[in-house]
Amino acid sequence: MNERTWNILVESFPRLLGYGIRVTVPLTLISYALAMVIAVIVALIQYADVKGLRKLCRFYVWVIRGTPLLVQLYLVFFGLPSVGITLKAFPAAVLVFGFNEGAYMAETMRGSLESVHHGQMEAGYCVGMNYLQTMWHIVLPQAFRTAFPALGNSLISMVKGTSLAATITVMEMFRQAQVINGRVSESLGLYTEVAIIYLLFCTVLTWLQRWGEKKLNSYGGQKK
Amino acid sequence: MMLEICGLRKSFAGMEVIRGIDLSVNKGDVVAVLGPSGSGKTTMLRCLNFLERADGGTMTFDGETFDLHAATRHEVARLRRKTAFVFQSYNLFLNKTALQNVTLGLTVSRRMDRERAREIAVRCLEHVGMADRLHSYPSQLSGGQQQRVAIARALATEPEIIFFDEPTSALDPELIGEVLSVMRDLAEEGMTMLIVTHEMEFARSVSNKVMFMEGGLVVESGPSREFFSAPKEPRSREFIRSVLNPKQ
Repeated sequence: MNERTWNILVESFPRLLGYGIRVTVPLTLISYALAMVIAVIVALIQYADVKGLRKLCRFYVWVIRGTPLLVQLYLVFFGLPSVGITLKAFPAAVLVFGFNEGAYMAETMRGSLESVHHGQMEAGYCVGMNYLQTMWHIVLPQAFRTAFPALGNSLISMVKGTSLAATITVMEMFRQAQVINGRVSESLGLYTEVAIIYLLFCTVLTWLQRWGEKKLNSYGGQKK
Repeated sequence: MMLEICGLRKSFAGMEVIRGIDLSVNKGDVVAVLGPSGSGKTTMLRCLNFLERADGGTMTFDGETFDLHAATRHEVARLRRKTAFVFQSYNLFLNKTALQNVTLGLTVSRRMDRERAREIAVRCLEHVGMADRLHSYPSQLSGGQQQRVAIARALATEPEIIFFDEPTSALDPELIGEVLSVMRDLAEEGMTMLIVTHEMEFARSVSNKVMFMEGGLVVESGPSREFFSAPKEPRSREFIRSVLNPKQ
């Protein structure tokens, strides 16, 4: 590595990391929060078999999972303005990432809810709790425990997915690397650098996930 | 009369599993529901607590009559507050400790304050000999211990009657005794119980009434002593002989 390359990398690192922390991380967290809300609602509607809405949920999951994320981004950001819906780049990205990952997470949650033994619900009724109380205190916590590893997976996959927001002009970490590269033309070094920062973020999340799983295991690995 | 069932019927997918059952239970009665597998005992019990919706029948409880098929949500809730249910597979809340399993019904559905609920729960767990495992999760307890916690959970809400659905059928043989002995204590204290069981010896020594079912019908019912010493129906005689002396 020559001195010029080295200097470029050293200079760009804090800049890229800064964009990572100021844009990529919030973009991920906000989108993930949205995805989680959508996932829980969509999963509960299907679990409780709410007539009418259940079909709508299946349709949503079907469409989202059957179309590429990149296409969804383009549709919302470049396509919708022609019918009068113009979104700024960041909110458009949040919406698309949230609804996209939400579909996958809804399936995770639905599977986890269904894996909770129906006797748990019956026992809740028999001690006098109603449907919502039993869901809140018994079924949902157990479902979350089961879903936790898969939900962590979704979060990690979303961190990396946010790099696609570069294509709809969101100035996040990867877009910033592209911009710097346009000036100094150092593709190998810059993109390696950005890859390492993503890896760093995901490593931290992996640790958090492992720690969280250990915490949740305190009730003795619920399955018996 | 504390509990009276009239004309209970239930079918699953066109198969009639309960074909018109009458039953009456007095305060302090311990009724053993006996019969071969598939005779509808468990389904009957589940209908009484609305875990299954009956196709027809009425239930009079504490002077109030409910339609077992068409009871409203409020009626079901009111009835469940006066009863408790012990399951074959315990069904302890897996994400809660033994103590929390017992307090949850008190704090959540009866809005009792935590301190009082805790006191009651500890007392109930002592009653079933589980006071030393308050903070254990179900997965850390043996089957017999789990079932005893389940009985404590049932007791905590001060039910007027407890329904037991084959409470020892899922247990290893060496764990059955501890659960039966807790139930025996309850019977002696005057708790009203309706028990579906295959434990004939237990039924004979603890229950005061027997209801023998087969094919969704009551074949014979009456005082336990008479049922076990001089069963009237040939089918009852045959059943008692086969379960008490399985080798002959």
